[in-house]
Amino acid sequence: MRIDCPYCGARDLREYTYGGAAAYLQRPEAEAEAAADDAAWDAYLHLRDNPAGRTRDLWFHEPCATWLEVERDTVSHEIFATRALAGVRT
Amino acid sequence: MRYSGLRVFTQGLLGNTGWKPAWRKPAPKAEYDVVIIGGGGHGLATAYYLAKKHGITNVAVLERGYLGGGNIGRNTTIVRANYFLPGNSEFYSHSLKLWEGLEADLNYNTMHSQRGLINLFHSDGQRDAFARRGNAMLAQGDDAVLLSREEVREKLPYLDYEQARFPIYGGLYHPRGGTARHDAVAWGYARGADQRGVDLIENCAVTGIDIAGGKVTGVQTTRGAIRAKKVAMVVAGRSSQVAEMAGMRLPIESHVLQAFVTEGLKPVINHVVSFGMGHFYISQSDKGGLVFGGDLDFYASYAARGNLPRVEQVMEAGMTLMPMIGRAKILRSWGGIMDMSPDGSPIIDRTDIDGLFVNCGWNYGGFKAVPASGDSLAHLLATGRPLEVAKGFRLDRFRTGRGLMDEEGTGSQHNLH
Ligand SMILES: Cc1cc2nc3c(=O)[nH]c(=O)nc-3n(C[C@H](O)[C@H](O)[C@H](O)COP(=O)(O)OP(=O)(O)OC[C@H]3O[C@@H](n4cnc5c(N)ncnc54)[C@H](O)[C@@H]3O)c2cc1C
Ligand SMILES: [Zn+2]
Repeated sequence: MRIDCPYCGARDLREYTYGGAAAYLQRPEAEAEAAADDAAWDAYLHLRDNPAGRTRDLWFHEPCATWLEVERDTVSHEIFATRALAGVRT
Repeated sequence: MRYSGLRVFTQGLLGNTGWKPAWRKPAPKAEYDVVIIGGGGHGLATAYYLAKKHGITNVAVLERGYLGGGNIGRNTTIVRANYFLPGNSEFYSHSLKLWEGLEADLNYNTMHSQRGLINLFHSDGQRDAFARRGNAMLAQGDDAVLLSREEVREKLPYLDYEQARFPIYGGLYHPRGGTARHDAVAWGYARGADQRGVDLIENCAVTGIDIAGGKVTGVQTTRGAIRAKKVAMVVAGRSSQVAEMAGMRLPIESHVLQAFVTEGLKPVINHVVSFGMGHFYISQSDKGGLVFGGDLDFYASYAARGNLPRVEQVMEAGMTLMPMIGRAKILRSWGGIMDMSPDGSPIIDRTDIDGLFVNCGWNYGGFKAVPASGDSLAHLLATGRPLEVAKGFRLDRFRTGRGLMDEEGTGSQHNLH
C-alpha cells in the first residue's frame, strides 16, 4: 500500500502510522463536555461506522511529521484522496 | 452416527463407503424461536448449547457462506487460559475446562492438544509482569510455572541463547495451554447442533433485521424472510454491518490479522512459543507445518489478506528468536478480519432492541473462547441473564467507563490492541 502525502508524494506504508477513524476530528463541543454528555463522548471515542468500502481515516506521515486525512477503500485498499490536516479546524 | 475408533477401522475395511454427511441441509422454516446470524465457531457453539443445555431446538444458524469459512477456519488455533484481569480470567478458565471435555461431549475429534504454552520474557520488568500474571492464573485455579532461562533452554533448545538481540531471561509456562484443529471445532459443534434439531442454513446472508415497536420480529435473508422471537448477531469481523441493519453503531473496528504456515517438517517445535520483544508466536501443526503469526496490520481493513511490511516484521522477529526456521519454506499466508473492541475484550450482551443480542469484540483471541462464548450466549438467550463468568462483557462499559477490561494495559481506545 502506498499513500500520497501532499508534501512528499506517494510513499510506502512503512513511513506511516495509523491514527484511527476520521471520527476523531469531530470532538464534542464544549457544551457537551460541560453537560457531561456521555453519549456524545461514547460516539466520539468508541462507536464507529466501520464501513466495508469507502472510509476516511487519519494517518501520520513520519518523515514530514504531517497528519493526513485519507479517503480509501477498506476492501480493495485503493486510495482515493488525501489532504493535510494542519491548519484545518473542524 | 456415533464416531469411534472401531467404526474408523470397520469403515476402512469397507472402503469408507458407509459414512454419512455430518449435518442436514434443511431449507429455512418460516419461523424459529431463535435465529443466530453467523455460522462461525461462536454461532455454532451457541446453537449447540441452546439445544443441549436449555432444550431450545427450534433454532436456525444462518451463514452467508459455508460453515467454518470465516475466522474459525483461519486462526492459528491457540487455546489457553492465561488471562490476568477479573472478568476475563474466570471466563477463559471456564472455556479451557469446556475444551478439556469437548471431544467426549461432541463425540468429535477436535485434535485438542495440551502441549503447553511458553511466553518468553526478556527483561527484569517483563519477568515481574509474567510472575504476577502467573500468580493470577494460579489464584484462578489454573496452572502456571515460572521457568528460569536454563529451564527454558531444556524445553526449547533451538532458541538463540548466545547472541540474541533480546536475551532470554525465562518464560511463563502454561502446561494446559495448546492447540486444536480449528475446522474440526466448527464441524463438531455443527454436527452436535444438527443432531439435536438445529437447522444449519448455509449460503443464507442476512440482509435486514425486522424490528417493530422496539422489538425484533425476524430477519430478511437472501433465502427469504424468516420470523424469529430472538435474534443473535454473531458475525465477528462483520459485526458493524449486521448491527447497522438494526440501526446500531458498535464500538468495533475491523482489522486484518495475518498468519503463515511452512511446508511440513518432522516434529521440531513441541510447544506453543511466544516472543516477548516483538509480536511473534509459533506452534507446529499435526501435519508438520510451522504455524505462526504476529501483530495486526494496524489499520481498518476488510481485505482478507495483509500487507508486506507486517510480513517482513513477523519473519524478522521469528528469525531473531529461532534462527533455525530460516531453513523452512513458507507455503501460505492469509488474513482474517478481526472485530477489534476499544479495550481488547469481548461483548456478549443484549441490545436496546428487545430480543436482539450481540456477541462480538473477540479481537485476535476468539478461538479459545468458542466453548465458553457459546455457553454464555446460550444462557443469556435462554434465561435472560448473563452466565456468571461472562457478566463483565457488557456493551455499555465503554459509555459508562465501568468495568473496562484492558488486559494489555495499553488503554481503552481503538487501535491500541
Ligand atoms: C490469522 C488469525 C489468527 C488467530 N489466532 C487465534 C488464536 O491463536 N487463538 C485464538 O483464540 N483466536 C485466534 N484468532 C481469533 C479467532 O479466530 C476469532 O476471534 C474467532 O474465530 C471469531 O469468532 P467466529 O469463529 O464466530 O468468527 P467467524 O468464523 O468469522 O464467523 C462469523 C461468520 O458470520 C458470517 N456472516 C457475516 N455476515 C453475515 C451475514 N450478513 N449473514 C449471515 N452470516 C454472516 C461469516 O460468513 C462468518 O462465517 C485468530 C484470528 C485470525 C484471523
Ligand atoms: Zn510527507
